[in-house]
Amino acid sequence: MKNEFQVIADLIEKDKKVLDVGCADGTLMKFLKDNKNINIRGLEISKEKVQECIAKGLTVIEGNAEKDLKQFPDKSFDYVVLSQTLQAFLNPELVLDELLRVGRKAIVTIPNFGYWKVRFHLLLKGTMPVTKTLPDEWYNTPNLHMCTIKDFFHFVKSKDIKIFKSLALNNLNSSIIKESNLGVKNLFADLGIFLIEK
Amino acid sequence: MNTEKNIKTLIVKKPLKLDCGKTIKDFPIAYETYGSLNSKKDNAILVFHALTGDQFVTGINPVTNKEGWWSYTVGPDKAIDTNKYFVICSNVIGGCMGSYGPSHKDPDHKIFGTNFPVITINDMVNAQYNLLDHFGIDKLFSITGGSMGGMQVLQFISNFPNKSKTVIPIATTSSHSAQNIAFNELGRQAITADSNWKDGNYTSNDTNPGKGLAVARMAAHITYLSKKGLQEKFGRKLQEREDLKFGFDADFQIESYLRYQGSVFVDRFDANSYLYITRAMDYFDLAKQFKGNLSGAFINTTAKFFIISFTSDWLYPTQENKDIVIALNSIGADVGFVEIESDKGHDSFLLDVPDFLSALKNFLDKSYEEN
Repeated sequence: MKNEFQVIADLIEKDKKVLDVGCADGTLMKFLKDNKNINIRGLEISKEKVQECIAKGLTVIEGNAEKDLKQFPDKSFDYVVLSQTLQAFLNPELVLDELLRVGRKAIVTIPNFGYWKVRFHLLLKGTMPVTKTLPDEWYNTPNLHMCTIKDFFHFVKSKDIKIFKSLALNNLNSSIIKESNLGVKNLFADLGIFLIEK
Repeated sequence: MNTEKNIKTLIVKKPLKLDCGKTIKDFPIAYETYGSLNSKKDNAILVFHALTGDQFVTGINPVTNKEGWWSYTVGPDKAIDTNKYFVICSNVIGGCMGSYGPSHKDPDHKIFGTNFPVITINDMVNAQYNLLDHFGIDKLFSITGGSMGGMQVLQFISNFPNKSKTVIPIATTSSHSAQNIAFNELGRQAITADSNWKDGNYTSNDTNPGKGLAVARMAAHITYLSKKGLQEKFGRKLQEREDLKFGFDADFQIESYLRYQGSVFVDRFDANSYLYITRAMDYFDLAKQFKGNLSGAFINTTAKFFIISFTSDWLYPTQENKDIVIALNSIGADVGFVEIESDKGHDSFLLDVPDFLSALKNFLDKSYEEN
């Protein structure tokens, strides 16, 4: 399992109720279910991935986060997880509001466009960056609203969203992001992980 | 129509008060079982059949000598694996495969016809509930069915919230739509317009409203398929001829196909039963039973739901299935949902649709492992 999921799993206490939005093949769900006794649900847009989840015995709903989160009542989950998908929505602000309505807390991870490799790629090569966390070409990327760790940090603050914990991930190392080290983390982390609450 | 010798029957002694206000008692429920009930009695699956189905789910139906209606799905090593599960299915009341219906005789030994009480989906499941007592099953492992079978699934878990661990409604609705009522009415009008129908008293005259029933079946059959499926299978292909005949014989293969479907249906189905069962479907509105709030139907159950729809099903479209998912999510119920890609229309649940069969099998087997 990728390191990102390990970090997310560490943020969630045992026996909680969790919704994984864009749960893909259910790897994180399965881990949470098996290791932390989490009452876990998934929402996934791809029929193929939904089938993979069912084959793992996971409860998953085929659907689109931009349309289908509204059916869940307020605060019906302890945590709502959104892994590296926020930038792919037509309206990420609306999705973020929905995550925080449905979950008591939300865990959002974002591929960092401020990562030095991304910056160097554009600066030196002059072409759209392609990295491990941003593997697609400009013409086929699902990402519509790329942002940096700094952008997201400022964005949630401006919306009066409380940040409980923010972590910068670079390969296997995770470290705390603070107001004071934001510039550095924004340069050296390829992924940001935020535990937030409204 | 009924070959009594091959039909297992449970006589329900207990009076059952019907939604129409009448009470029935000492009435037969015809059923069939597949696989075997284990010693813990925790492997039973109650299957509910659709409008024209019956208790003979799989294998050769001993009355019609044709394959059972869910042969692709139910059997050894199949999606509903009878090596593992004990499958029970019964003919709905109002039906014509041995359960109490309009072709039965009233206490005065006169065939009911349209004097049979109008029944509802609720009455059907209340009648079938008696099978649990009969087999000494405290809690079913699963209940499932497509189309009208799915309606019974929803009504059953609403009436008996603790009686099944898992619940699988397929290609169904919680409330029959105007379009579906319209198609059913078309079928009923075709039957009652047949001069042989005779206000439902045809059996005593030994003549059937076969033409009307065949037309009803033809119209309904179109609704079970998709435009794309029909086009691919038949297109404008001609039936055993080189060119158009400039007449009203079946020039096109699709005409011939529908006529065939109509004619074989008449041999196995009772016209009055068709009236009664379509009426029960039309009356089905689960939300209405809970003051317009569908969630109310599921508030008392902790069962695990899995809802399945099909992309090309325009009779019970995905949105109507999703409405059930939404009602369940809004009360935090355990619900999974998948829409299966298929161009086989509403009939997809009866056919060899691998994604459907594997989803159903995986859901059942994984849930059973967790048992």
